[in-house]
Amino acid sequence: MARFCLKHLLALTITLVVVSFLVFTLNEFSPGDVARKILGAYATQEQVAHLTTEMGLDRPVIVRYVEYLGKLASGDLGFSTRFKVPVRQIIWDRLRNTLVLAAIAFALIVPVSMLLGVLAGMREGSWLDRTILVFSTVSASVPEFAMGVFLASIFVVGLGWLPGTATLVAGGGWSVASQFVLPVAVIVLYDAGYVVSMIRASMVEVMQRPYIRTAVLKGMAFRWVVLGHALRNAMINPVTVICLQLSYLVSGVVVVETVFAYPGFGRMMLEAALFKDIALIEAGALVAVGVAIFTQILGDLAYMLLDPRIRA
Amino acid sequence: MTPPIVDSAAVQPVALPRAPAALAGLRTLARGLLRVTESPAATVGLAIVLLWVLAAILAPMLSPYPPNANDFAAVSSPTPSRAHWLGTDHLGRDIGARILWGARTVFTVAPLAVLGAALLGALLGLSAGYYRGWVDLVLSRAGDIILTFPVIILYMIVLATFGSSAGNIIAVLTLTKAPIIARIVRGLTLELREREYVAAAKMRGESALYIMVVEILPNARGPLLVDMCLRMGYTIVLIGVLGFLGIGLPPPDPDWGGMVKDTYGMMSVWPHMSLFPCAAISSLVIGFNLLAVGLREIALRD
Repeated sequence: MARFCLKHLLALTITLVVVSFLVFTLNEFSPGDVARKILGAYATQEQVAHLTTEMGLDRPVIVRYVEYLGKLASGDLGFSTRFKVPVRQIIWDRLRNTLVLAAIAFALIVPVSMLLGVLAGMREGSWLDRTILVFSTVSASVPEFAMGVFLASIFVVGLGWLPGTATLVAGGGWSVASQFVLPVAVIVLYDAGYVVSMIRASMVEVMQRPYIRTAVLKGMAFRWVVLGHALRNAMINPVTVICLQLSYLVSGVVVVETVFAYPGFGRMMLEAALFKDIALIEAGALVAVGVAIFTQILGDLAYMLLDPRIRA
Repeated sequence: MTPPIVDSAAVQPVALPRAPAALAGLRTLARGLLRVTESPAATVGLAIVLLWVLAAILAPMLSPYPPNANDFAAVSSPTPSRAHWLGTDHLGRDIGARILWGARTVFTVAPLAVLGAALLGALLGLSAGYYRGWVDLVLSRAGDIILTFPVIILYMIVLATFGSSAGNIIAVLTLTKAPIIARIVRGLTLELREREYVAAAKMRGESALYIMVVEILPNARGPLLVDMCLRMGYTIVLIGVLGFLGIGLPPPDPDWGGMVKDTYGMMSVWPHMSLFPCAAISSLVIGFNLLAVGLREIALRD
């Protein structure tokens, strides 16, 4: 267990350093400079040059990178040029908003896709299996922005049941809770479709194993064969995929955030990238990669819990 | 260790299919297309995809207006009419024409990106699986790091830095998707390299490249094809998403995601402007994914 943690921690550190360096140098290639972005099109060349020197942007990239690492180590994430506040003041707020959205969606995706996936996979080729397979394929095929437009045109424009934006500020007669319905629905429909097909495939495979046939032949009730014998083994492979969805939910929901004007992490990153807000991009990339690796470790742990054969 | 094959009868079947390789390839393709009809899902999927391919090819003939032409008379009432069947957008551009021409963009960028990823991924996967040792270690680790990075954040940073053009989108999609394909091909190669025909090829003194490309790769094509089909669907979604986020193909040329981005803010007044491009991209992706599901079903049946 100690070796497991140490190995993953080492990999985490190395990946974070590599990523931070790549993102830092990548910004060097971008056309147009930061000072010009901040001052706007009407600033004179002297003003731009002055701000560049003031921000220390005229020094070699390696010097600035080492300096950045030093500041990072002391907890200073830098200043966001896009939002004109220190990075730490905005990044945790936005991350928390996205985590709330992701957590609600995840809490729905897991039970829904487990139920549908097991129902479909326990009798391969049955009409229930066909229906669920086609439904999940279709719902995973519709891009999130398209699903958002479809749902919004029905429930916002057509029926007027729900608000079309989720700004997390109650207004226009809509509560904050009602603002979550559509964003969560879009994420669940898109993501559950994918997870259902993974669980179904694994379930189909498990149901063909000899011990399942033995259980059926010895007269065990089919329900108990599924719940008692098949379920746990069928979840071994999908559990890693399910954990990876957490990482996807944190950075991948940028589309949903954009559709519904939700003040989340992904949209903040998009704005930062378009504005070349280096400090915010760096911090955001590190957080996103950190979350991704953390969910991978979580996936490995869950895998070990479910499958005693690889518990070393 | 596989014993050296001296029996001439055993060598024969390996040497035979080499000469008419192109012909055999065509025949397999035709047989494959026929087999698609065995699965209803694959048939429906293929029909949808072919319909869109046809629409993309015939776009100049089918669309009544150029995709970027403004009909300013239509701006005041952009809803579907006899002159504009699917209506016009906020700039008076015919939505039907833009969707048809947008299909051309999709069918150039997506296949190139998928093909690029497949080629690079197959090459990396073959090398990793065939040479094993440190080559495998380096390639697999590098791939893992790329796969760890949340792709959409990566696209934002890279495309905002280098500018978003068709070339950059293809390059970034190729680089980020190749590791997944490499992983699949590596697994298959590890298994296939132990086969007798590989031993026979080594015995003949064939080069490593020849063995990988001619002996191993054709036998790994089944799972690779299904994956490419799925990947086409995902790639089209990604291109749409990039367009929607404003880091996709540069305007004014029609791009389905970009069309939605420009108009979804006006949805409460003119929903048709964003609904039609959304329907277009959804139907095409559904087509590819149904095809992939059906193909996998057929492959599993054997």
